Amino acid sequence: MTQTHASLDTVRSQAVSHARSTSTSVKIASTGVNVFYGAKQALFGVDLDINANEVTALIGPSGCGKSTFLRSLNRMNDTIDICRVEGEILLDGTNIYDKSVDVVHLRARVGMVFQKPNPFPKSIFDNVAYGPRIHGMTNSRSELEGIVQTALEKAGLWNEVKDRLDQPGTGLSGGQQQRLCIARAVAVSPEVILMDEPCSALDPIATAKVEELIDELRENFTIVIVTHSMQQAARVSQRTAFFHLGYLVEVDDTEQMFTNPKDERTQGYITGRFG
Amino acid sequence: MSYSLVLGVLAFLTVIGYMLGRSRSLTVAGGRSNNLHSLPSYYGMYIGMYCLIPAFVLLLAWAALETSVMDAMLIASLPADKAGLPQAELSLLMNDVKNLSRGDSTSRAVIEADIKEAAAYYAHLTQSSKMLLAALVAVLATGGIVIARARINPSLRARNSVERTAMILMIICSTIAILTTLGIILSLVFESLRFFQMVHPLDFLFGLEWSPQTALRKDQVGATGLFGAIPLLAGTMLISFIAMCVAAPVGLMAAIYMAEYAPPKVRNFVKPLLEILAGIPTVVYGFFAALTVAPYFRDWGLDLGLTISSESALAAGIVMGIMIIPFVSSLSDDVITAVPQSLREGSFGLGATKSETIKQVILPAALPGIVGSLLLAVSRAIGETMIVVMAAGLAANLTANPFEAVTTVTVQIVTLLVGDQEFDSAKTLAAFALGLVLFCVTLVLNIIALTIVNKYREEYD
Amino acid sequence: MTDAATPSMNGPDGRRLRTESSGELVKRGLRRRYAAERRFQAYGIAAILFAVCMLGLLFTTIISKAYPAFTQTMIELEVTVSPQDIDPNRTATRDELSRADYRAPVREAIFELFPDVTERRAKRDLFDMISPGAVFIVREAVLNDPSLIGQRRTFVVPMSDDIDQLNKGQIDPKLPQSERRVKDLQIEWFKRLQGRGIVKTQFNTTLFSAGDSREPELAGIWGAAVGSFFTMLVTLVISFPIGVLAAVYLEEFAPVNRLTQAIEVNINNLAAVPSIVFGLLGLAVFINFFGMPRSAPVVGGLVLALMTLPTIIIAARSALKSVPPSIREAAAGLGASPLQVIVHHVLPLAMPGILTGTIIGMAQALGETAPLLMIGMVAFIVDIPGGPLDPATVLPVQIYLWADSPERAFVERTSAAIMVLLSFLVIMNVGAVLLRKRFERKW
Repeated sequence: MTQTHASLDTVRSQAVSHARSTSTSVKIASTGVNVFYGAKQALFGVDLDINANEVTALIGPSGCGKSTFLRSLNRMNDTIDICRVEGEILLDGTNIYDKSVDVVHLRARVGMVFQKPNPFPKSIFDNVAYGPRIHGMTNSRSELEGIVQTALEKAGLWNEVKDRLDQPGTGLSGGQQQRLCIARAVAVSPEVILMDEPCSALDPIATAKVEELIDELRENFTIVIVTHSMQQAARVSQRTAFFHLGYLVEVDDTEQMFTNPKDERTQGYITGRFG
Repeated sequence: MSYSLVLGVLAFLTVIGYMLGRSRSLTVAGGRSNNLHSLPSYYGMYIGMYCLIPAFVLLLAWAALETSVMDAMLIASLPADKAGLPQAELSLLMNDVKNLSRGDSTSRAVIEADIKEAAAYYAHLTQSSKMLLAALVAVLATGGIVIARARINPSLRARNSVERTAMILMIICSTIAILTTLGIILSLVFESLRFFQMVHPLDFLFGLEWSPQTALRKDQVGATGLFGAIPLLAGTMLISFIAMCVAAPVGLMAAIYMAEYAPPKVRNFVKPLLEILAGIPTVVYGFFAALTVAPYFRDWGLDLGLTISSESALAAGIVMGIMIIPFVSSLSDDVITAVPQSLREGSFGLGATKSETIKQVILPAALPGIVGSLLLAVSRAIGETMIVVMAAGLAANLTANPFEAVTTVTVQIVTLLVGDQEFDSAKTLAAFALGLVLFCVTLVLNIIALTIVNKYREEYD
Repeated sequence: MTDAATPSMNGPDGRRLRTESSGELVKRGLRRRYAAERRFQAYGIAAILFAVCMLGLLFTTIISKAYPAFTQTMIELEVTVSPQDIDPNRTATRDELSRADYRAPVREAIFELFPDVTERRAKRDLFDMISPGAVFIVREAVLNDPSLIGQRRTFVVPMSDDIDQLNKGQIDPKLPQSERRVKDLQIEWFKRLQGRGIVKTQFNTTLFSAGDSREPELAGIWGAAVGSFFTMLVTLVISFPIGVLAAVYLEEFAPVNRLTQAIEVNINNLAAVPSIVFGLLGLAVFINFFGMPRSAPVVGGLVLALMTLPTIIIAARSALKSVPPSIREAAAGLGASPLQVIVHHVLPLAMPGILTGTIIGMAQALGETAPLLMIGMVAFIVDIPGGPLDPATVLPVQIYLWADSPERAFVERTSAAIMVLLSFLVIMNVGAVLLRKRFERKW
C-alpha cells in the first residue's frame, strides 16, 4: 500500500511539474482539487493547468473522474446537491469557487458541450440565439442575426442550415445536432469550451467533422475535451491528462504521452491492457 | 327482502355443490388425486359453476324485469276505462294499487271496488312471482349440481373448464365499461330525441331565453316554456372562466415551484396538502361558498358601493377554482418533471438562471402537457354540480358580469329533475338534452386533453 | 474578475461585432436577471401559500361553525302525567295510550312556571320555547312504563332551536324584534328560567343517534350515516370484483387489438365524465327502465359503482403492471396455467396496490352528491333504513338538504355533519396511505 502511495507521489510531483509548464499562458489552474459525492470521494488532489488556445484532452477508464473534473471547471457540479468541491480552480487568476464569483457570469465565460446532443425544442435560430439573448449581449435584431450566423459558421453548420433557420433544432441529424450545440456554446463567445465526450453519440463521419471543428476552434478558444477514445485524444489535443481512479496520474504533451508514457499505468491504459 | 333469502339459499347450494364435487372427484379417482386431470378443488368449482351461474343469471334477469312485467300484467287486468287513462293518472292509479296491496295508505279518499280488486290481484302477483323465482332458482341450482356431478370422472378437464368460464367472466366484466358508455349515450340521446320532438333543436341550442315553467294542465301545450340554452352555456362559461383564472396561475406556479425549487421536505409536505383539496367533497365546497364566501363578497361590495349578488358568479367561480387547483398542479408537476434533465443542463451550461431556464426552455418543452392539464381542469369545472347548485343562482341570466347571479347547465339539470315530475314533460326531458350537451362537450375536451398528454409522453420516452 | 482576452468575433464582412468584452456585457445584466429570479420564486411561494391558506380557511370555518352543534340546551320540567289527559277512559291499553294527547301535560308543566302569563298568544309563545320533541319523550316514557300515569316526574327535554340559538349567543338581542326569530318576551322568560337553574346544556347525542327531522334540535345524522353505509356496501360489492376481474383481463390476457384499445380509451374517458351524467344514466335506465325503487341504496350503490369502476380498473392495472415479469415466468416455468399464475402469484402481490386504489375510489364515492340527487335519494327520510332496499339518504345529500334549510340552527348541524363526513374520508385516505406504505415493495 505504501509503495503505491510512494510511486503515486513521485508521479504526482512529476505531473505537477509538467502541469506547471510556463511555455504558453495558463488559462485555468487547478490546485489540490478534491471532489466528493456525499461521503464518496471522486477526485483526489488534482493539480492540472489548462493552457490558453490549446486543446487539452482528459483520458482514462470509465469512472476515473475525468467528467467530474470537467464539470468542476464551470461549476456544473453545483447542480448536484450532494457534490462538494475542495481546492482551488483559478480562471485567469481568480478562484471560481470564491464567494464573490457569480456562477451565471462564469458559465458565460466557460461554456459546455455535452455527451448527448441536447438542442432545445426551439428553432435552430432560437437555439443559437438563446445564450446571447439571456445574457443581453445585443439589443438589435440584425446584430443577433450576425452573431447566430458567425456561430453557425464557426461550427461548420451554416451552409447546411442557412435556409431553414426557423425549423426545429431537434429535426437535425445527430451529428448536426451536436454541431448545433457547439454553435450554441460558441455564440456566447466564451473563453473556454468544455466538451464532455462530444462524439461518443455520433457516427464516424460526424465524428470526423466535429474533430475538424475542434481544431479550428482552438484558434479562438481554449478547449478541454474528455474522451474515452485515445485515438481521438491523439488526433485533436496538444496536451493530454490521464486520470485513473480519481487520481491525475500523468500529464504531458500529447505526442510524448502516447509515444513515451512515464507511468506504467498510463502505459497499460494506452496499450489497452485495461480500460 | 326475499331476494336476499333466495341469494342466501343459492350461495348455500353452491357451497354444497363445491364440496360434493371435491369428494366425488376423489371417489372416482379411487382416493388418489394423482389420477385426476385437475386438482379436486377444480372439480368442486366445476359443480359450483354449474350450480351458481345459470341460477344467478336468472335471478339478475328476474330482478331487472320483474317490475316491468308485473306492471304490464296489472294494466292488462284493469277494466278498459281505467287502463285507457292518460299516463299521469294511470301511474298515480298504479301507485295507489301497489300501496294498497302493501297495506300502506293511498292518496284516495274513497277506494273503489275495482281498485281493491286490482290491489288484491297485485298482491297475488307479487307473492306468486316470489315463489316462482325461488322454485326456478332451486330447480336450476340443483339441476346444475346433478348434471355436473354426473360428468365427473378422472379424465374430465375440470380446470380447463373452470378457467374458460373464468375467462368469459372476465371478458364480460371488461365490457361493462363499454356498456356503461353505451348506456349513457343511448339514454341521453333517446330522451333528448323525445325532447327535440317537443322543442326544436335550434331553438334549444341558440335560444336566448330559458324559463322552463311549462303549464301543468294538459291542454296548455309547451308554448309557454322557453328552452333556449344560451344563458345556461354563458353562465357555465363565466363561472368556469373565473375558476380557471384562479386555478391556472396558482396551480402552474405551485407546480413549477415544487418541481424545480422546493427542497424535498417542502415538496413532501405540500404535495399531499394540495391533494387534500381534491379529495374534499364538492358539497363541502358548496357549503363554504354559500355560507362564507358569497356573503363576504356581498358585504365587501356593499362597502365599496357595488351591488354584488349573494349568489354571484364570483363566489362560486373562486371556490370552484380552489377545488380545481390540484388538477392543474398535479398534472403540470408530472409533465415538468418529465422534461429531460439534459435540456436543463444545456441551459445551465450556457449560463442561464433557473427562472430563465424554466420560462424559456422547460415550459415550452412541457407546454403540450400543461395545456392538456388545463383542458382537463376546464372539463372538470364545466361538469361540476354541487358548488354551483349551492352557491350560484337559479334564474337564467345572460351576462358577463361576475357580480351578478347566473345559472349553469348542471344547476338546471338538478333543478329540473329533483322533485316530482312525470317523466314525459318537456321539463324533465330538457334535463336530458342538457345532459347530452354537457357529455359531448366534456368528452371532446377530455379526448383532446388525453391525446395531447399521451402523445407528449411518447415524445420523451 | 479581470478582463480576459477577447476572442476575435469577426462578422461576415470582417468588422468586429462587439467592442466590449463579453464579460462586462454579461455583468451589467446580472442584477436585473437575479431580481427576476427572485420575483419568480416569490410567485411560486405565493401560489403555494394561497392554496394552503384557502385549505386552512375552509377547515377553520367549518370547525368554528360546527362546535356549537355538539351541545343542546335542555330544560328540566316537572311534568304531572295527569290521568284526565292521558287515559280518560282508564283503559290503559297501549293503543289508547299511544294516541293520547301528551301536549297537555307538557303545556301544564311550562305554564306552571309562569303563572303570570295568561293571554293566549303569550301562552303560545311560551310553549313554543319547548321543542316538540318534549312531547315524544313523555309519550315514550309513559308507553314504556304506564305506571307513570298519575305521577309527577322530572323530564329533561330539549328546548326549541330558536332558544337553543339564543343560549349559544347566535341571536342578537339588539336587533329590532321583527328581525329576529325570538321575541323580547321570550328572551325575558328564558332569563327567568335560567335564574331558576333548570336550564342545562348537554352533549348533543341526538345529532348522532336520530334520523332527519324538520326540527333542528331533533335532527341527527344517523339515518344518513346508515344510508351511506348501505350504499357504500352495495358499491363495494359490485365494483370491486368487476373492477379487479376487468383489470386482470385487460392487463394479462387481452390481445392488443382495436377492441381492447377501444375499451382502454373508454375507461379513461369514463373516469373523466361529470358525475351528474351518471345520475342521468341511473335515472333513465335503473329507475325508469328497470323500475327499481327510488331512493334506495341499491340504486345509489349501482350508480356509484359504475362511477368508481374506472378508478378501480386503472389502479388495479397499474398495481398488476408493477409486479415484475420474472415472477410470472418463474411460476409458468413450474407448470402453472396462466390463470393460476395470476391467482396464486400476481394477484396477492398486487393486492395492496389494488386495495389502496379501491379505498381511494370508495372515498370519492362517499362524498358524491349529484348523481344521488338524480335518482331520488333526496327525499325527506325520517326512519333509519333497515337494509339496502329501504328508502334512505346519504351523508353528503343530508348536508345539502340541511344547508338549504332556513333555520339558523341547521348551519351548525350542517357543519357538524361535514366534520363527520370529513373524518370518515380522512380515516379512509390515511388508511389507504398506511396500507400502501406498509405493504409496498420496491422491486
